[in-house]
Amino acid sequence: MSTSASATGGPTVSSPASSTGFDLDRVRADFPILRRTVRGGKRLVYLDSAATSQKPVEVLDAERAFYEVSNAAVHRGAHQLAEEATEAYEQARRRIAGFVGAAAGDLIFTKNATEALNLAAYSFTNATAKSAVGADLPDGAERFVLKPGDEIVVTEMEHHANLVPWQEVCVKTGARLRWLGITDDGRLDLSRLGEIVNERTKVLAVVHQSNLLGTINPLKPLAERAREVGALFVVDACQSVPHVPVDVADTGADLIAWSGHKMLGPMGIGCLWGRAEVLAAMPPFITGGSMIKVVRMESSTYADPPQRFEAGVPMAAQAVGLAAAVEYLERLGMDVVAAHERELTGYLLNRMRELSGVAIIGPETTVDRGGTVSFVIDGVHAHDVGQVLDDRGVAVRVGHHCAWPTCERFGVRATARASLAVYNGRDDVDALIDAIGDTQRFFGTR
Amino acid sequence: MNATLGRETDPQLEAMYQEVILDHYRHPHGRGLREPFDTEVHHVNPVCGDEITLRLSLRTADEGAGEQEVNLSFEAQGCSISQAAASVMFEQVEGVPLTRALAVGEQFRELMDSATREVNVDEETLGDGIAFAGVARYPARVKCALLPWMALRDAAARVVGPEVVEGDRE
Repeated sequence: MSTSASATGGPTVSSPASSTGFDLDRVRADFPILRRTVRGGKRLVYLDSAATSQKPVEVLDAERAFYEVSNAAVHRGAHQLAEEATEAYEQARRRIAGFVGAAAGDLIFTKNATEALNLAAYSFTNATAKSAVGADLPDGAERFVLKPGDEIVVTEMEHHANLVPWQEVCVKTGARLRWLGITDDGRLDLSRLGEIVNERTKVLAVVHQSNLLGTINPLKPLAERAREVGALFVVDACQSVPHVPVDVADTGADLIAWSGHKMLGPMGIGCLWGRAEVLAAMPPFITGGSMIKVVRMESSTYADPPQRFEAGVPMAAQAVGLAAAVEYLERLGMDVVAAHERELTGYLLNRMRELSGVAIIGPETTVDRGGTVSFVIDGVHAHDVGQVLDDRGVAVRVGHHCAWPTCERFGVRATARASLAVYNGRDDVDALIDAIGDTQRFFGTR
Repeated sequence: MNATLGRETDPQLEAMYQEVILDHYRHPHGRGLREPFDTEVHHVNPVCGDEITLRLSLRTADEGAGEQEVNLSFEAQGCSISQAAASVMFEQVEGVPLTRALAVGEQFRELMDSATREVNVDEETLGDGIAFAGVARYPARVKCALLPWMALRDAAARVVGPEVVEGDRE
C-alpha cells in the first residue's frame, strides 16, 4: 500500500472493494493523469497499459529531483555532481535488479525493450561477422557464431520486437528461422517442441506473456529443451514483469528483456538481464564512449558487462525514475498487484463472455493468462470500435498490436485490446462493457 | 440504420461518421479487381493493417485525341473510414480525366489538413469527399481516409511518371 504523502486530492471514484484487500482509491490518487478528463469531460478509463502504463507521482518526482539536485553525466568526471549522479544511476541498477532477483552487474540498461532484444540479436550478427574475418571475440563467444544450417526458433505469438531482429539475424548469417505455433484456444503449441527445437537450434526466443492474446507461456519446458540442445534461451518479459512477480533464476532464461515504461516507469529505459557468463561472452552492440577499456587509433578493447553494452551518456534520470517505480510496486507488493489484476481479469472475461457478437481472441479463462484481452465485434472494424470507445472516455489499443502474424493466425486483421494495470477497477471494466454496447448500437449491429 | 445515439455522444464523433460514410462502408462501390490494367499497387497502413490493392488503367477517349481517363478497380480491407474513402473515391474518379481525378485527390488531402491549418477547399471539386471533413479532427484516422487516395496517386505516378503527378500539384 502506498504511503506517499501525495496520495491526497483527486476525485473520489467508485471502486468496489476488492477481495484482495487492496485500496484502489488510494492507488489511483497516486497517478495524477487519472484526474484529467477526456472527450468533453468524461472520466479517463485507461485500458491501454500494455502499450504504456501511467506513472505515479513518485516516479515523476524522482526524475525531477535527479535533474534538480544531482544532474551530471554518469561515469564521467570527478566533481561532486558526477559522483552523485553516478551513484544514483548505479543505485537504481541495484534496486531494479533486486526487483527481479538479479545481481546488479548482470543488468544492462537500454533505450527500450526493443533495443534490449536487438542487443541480444546483434550479439549473433556481430560475433558471426567478426569470426568470419578472424577478429578477436570474448571467451565463450563461439555460441554466438552462426552458419547456414543453424536454426533460430521463435513463436507465432511474438511481438515484432522479438521476431524481426531474429529474421534479420537469419538474413545476415544464413541461419533458418523456425517457430512454435499457437493452438486454437490461444496457447503455445508445444506438441512439436522436441522436433522444432533441436540440436541445430542456437536460439530459442519466446514471449513470456503475449501482448495480444494475454497468454502466459510455460517457461520451464522451454528452458529445459533449450538447455538440452544448448540453445540460448531469450525471454521477452515486457508484459509479465510489470504484473506478476518474476525472479530471473526461476525462468531458466539466459537473457530477459523488458521495458521500464510499461511498469509505471519513465519512457526511454529498457532492461536486459543476462546470466553473467552469457553477457561476458557477448561482443559489444552499440559502440563509442564509456564502453571501452583502452582506445588506440588502430583498435580498442572493451569494458566488462554491463558497461560494455552501455555506450554514451546513459539515461540516468530515467533509471532513477524506474527505480522509484520498482519501489512503488514493491511497497504495494507484487503478489498483491498480481492478485488484484487477476481478480479484475476474471471479472473482465466474465462480463465480455456475456456479450453477444463479441469474441475474445486468446484464452477465455484466467488460467495462465494476464489482464490483456483482445476482442473483435461482429460487423465493426477494430478501428471503429476504438473510436466509439474513445468517445466514451475508454482508451484501448486497436490494430495488430505489433503482432501481425498472431492476428493472421486467428484470421483477424485487427483487434481491439483492453489491458489492465494496478490502477484499474471494476468501474473501468463496466465502462468498457457499456461502451462496447454503445458501439454495437452506433453501427447498428445490435 | 441509426448512426446517432444521443446519450453523451460527442458531436465530433457523429460529424465523422456521416451517413454518407456509413452508407459507403456498408454498400461499397467498385469493389473487385478487374483486367486489363496498366499497373497494380498495394498500400498498407502499417499502424493498423488496413490494406488496398488498386489497379489502374488509363484509356484515351475520342480515339486517342482526348484526355486519358481513369479506369479503376480495387480490393480493400479495413475500417469504415478507409473502406468508405475507397468507395467514394471510385465514384468520383472512375471514367474521369486523370488530371481531374488527381485534382480531386489534392482537394481531399487539403481537407485532411483542415484541423491543423487554414485550408482552401473547393467543395465542388471535392464532391462527396466533403463528408470526410470530420475525419480531419481525429489525426489517427486521417491516414485511413487517405489510404485509397495515396494508392491512386502512386499508381498514376507509375503509369504516367511521377513528374506528371507531382506537376499536378501547385
